[in-house]
Amino acid sequence: MAECSVSELENIANKLRLHVVEMTYAASSGHPGGSMSSAELLSVLYFRSMRHDPSNPAMPDRDRFILSKGHAAPILYSALAESGYFPKEDLLTLRKMGSKLQGHPVRGKVPGVEMSTGSLGQGLSMACGIALAGKMDGRPYRTFCLLGDGELQSGQNWEAAMFAHQYGLSNLIAFVDRNRLQITGNTEDAVGLDPLPEKWRAFGWNVQIIDGHNVRQIIDAIDKASRSRKSPSVIIMNTVKGKGVSFMENNAGFHGRACKPDEYEQAVKELKEMIH
Amino acid sequence: MDLASRRDDVVVLDADLAGSTKTSDFKKVAPERFVEVGIAEQNMIGIAAGLAASGKVAFASTFGVFASGRCWEQIRLAVAYPRLNVKIVATHCGISVGEDGASHQALEDMAIMRALPNMVVISPADAYEAYAATMAIADYDGPVYMRMGRAEFPTIMPEDAVFEIGKARVLREGSDVTLIGCGQMVSSCMKAAEVLAAKGVSAEVVNMATVKPLDSAAVEASVRRTGCCVTAEEHSVIGGLGSAVAECLCRTSCVPLEMVGTKDTFGESGSPAELLSKYGLTAEDIVAAAERSIARKGRA
Repeated sequence: MAECSVSELENIANKLRLHVVEMTYAASSGHPGGSMSSAELLSVLYFRSMRHDPSNPAMPDRDRFILSKGHAAPILYSALAESGYFPKEDLLTLRKMGSKLQGHPVRGKVPGVEMSTGSLGQGLSMACGIALAGKMDGRPYRTFCLLGDGELQSGQNWEAAMFAHQYGLSNLIAFVDRNRLQITGNTEDAVGLDPLPEKWRAFGWNVQIIDGHNVRQIIDAIDKASRSRKSPSVIIMNTVKGKGVSFMENNAGFHGRACKPDEYEQAVKELKEMIH
Repeated sequence: MDLASRRDDVVVLDADLAGSTKTSDFKKVAPERFVEVGIAEQNMIGIAAGLAASGKVAFASTFGVFASGRCWEQIRLAVAYPRLNVKIVATHCGISVGEDGASHQALEDMAIMRALPNMVVISPADAYEAYAATMAIADYDGPVYMRMGRAEFPTIMPEDAVFEIGKARVLREGSDVTLIGCGQMVSSCMKAAEVLAAKGVSAEVVNMATVKPLDSAAVEASVRRTGCCVTAEEHSVIGGLGSAVAECLCRTSCVPLEMVGTKDTFGESGSPAELLSKYGLTAEDIVAAAERSIARKGRA
């Protein structure tokens, strides 16, 4: 795949956002907020950083992506469709009876979906297993895992974090979508995660903190993490939930609901103005 | 261990109990394929799923209570739902775990594992069958839960027996009552059949090592001959072998069924023999259940 420029990747991120708004609107449900906060990351992964082949999803040495925050399925499906794993028209079947695009991702049902997720706190363990297999077999692939920040309240993540350090899984790169909002509101008002970088450092991980909407920073952080030869890496991305649509930004209400008709018109208008 | 040499894609995961579950034997011969995850069963299942998704046959082993209950939802999402090639090998199941007490006695594991779609549930009768079943599940592509006990029980299966998933074996033919057992209770069924024979009762003994998918044809064929049935398991009567057989019989041949198992209760500390006796899991209990079952024949 030809390497996309920064401005192209920014444009793709907004296209993915538009898909998210359209598909959740068509489904009258779904999770747009946490999908839109990770749009730039998915754009960078699927259109620049990851070695993958949409026409051959089972390519042995493909880089793997695990969406631990499975409720952000719309952004993953959008990236898969936009990069050619399946037709973009299928996106509007999200959450509908008989669709391969289930509410949360299912391995074996959608080309490009590596693992079934949706129950939070489990993706990093799965990613550890995939990365460990890569090490055992001397395979060159990298394993990427996107975590929500609220999800880190679940203890299994920290079991996996300890494990990844113990086994030197330098081929594992995790991202935290640090949008600071979960269903009930601010993560720090629920069970706080700060100081988050220190936690990961204490678990033996390489830690980078970036602006998760800055494509250049995402590219550079992935490149740097990929050079690690000893330790797993985590990239904490400071992001805005609902990013890209004025009234959805930092609005916990859009964690788990789609736009209403008037909101939809406005959201599509705002996003289309940014897409060229 | 033969498993290591039989298949080079087998990986064994352990949660700090390798000495007790005997996975340490695998570690000796194939340390590069042995993964210690520490006391973290939920993580172990996720890692096993990731390994399986990368072409490995992942055997995850720990005590039954933890292997089934601690990480049930992880098994559901990461293993059963995507039908990944993970084998959960649970040791120290049943009340004969003994002195450790109720916290360590898995009496509900088959119920919660059986409820998962795509999951095969196996409870071998003895060490020989456990060996054969281990080789069989390694070659089977899909999720399996295999439960084993801890206490010494007599071996009753032939040493060279081949294990076929989903196939029951008639160990002794009879005409008055069918005794269906799994796990260690199969040997107790054999003993019970001897006692019954001395009383002039002809008991058929069926080893139902695969609890799911249940060999319904074997159950039906046997009760057609005998007209009544007893199930025996070192497990709660809720949700295990007894329930599986009841589910089968109510669809096909409504014959009397008596269940030997724990009666909706936790265990406690004690010697295996004391506990089996107190909780109604001895050969004598199977004999009594057989007599009750026979007495109900012909009554509604």
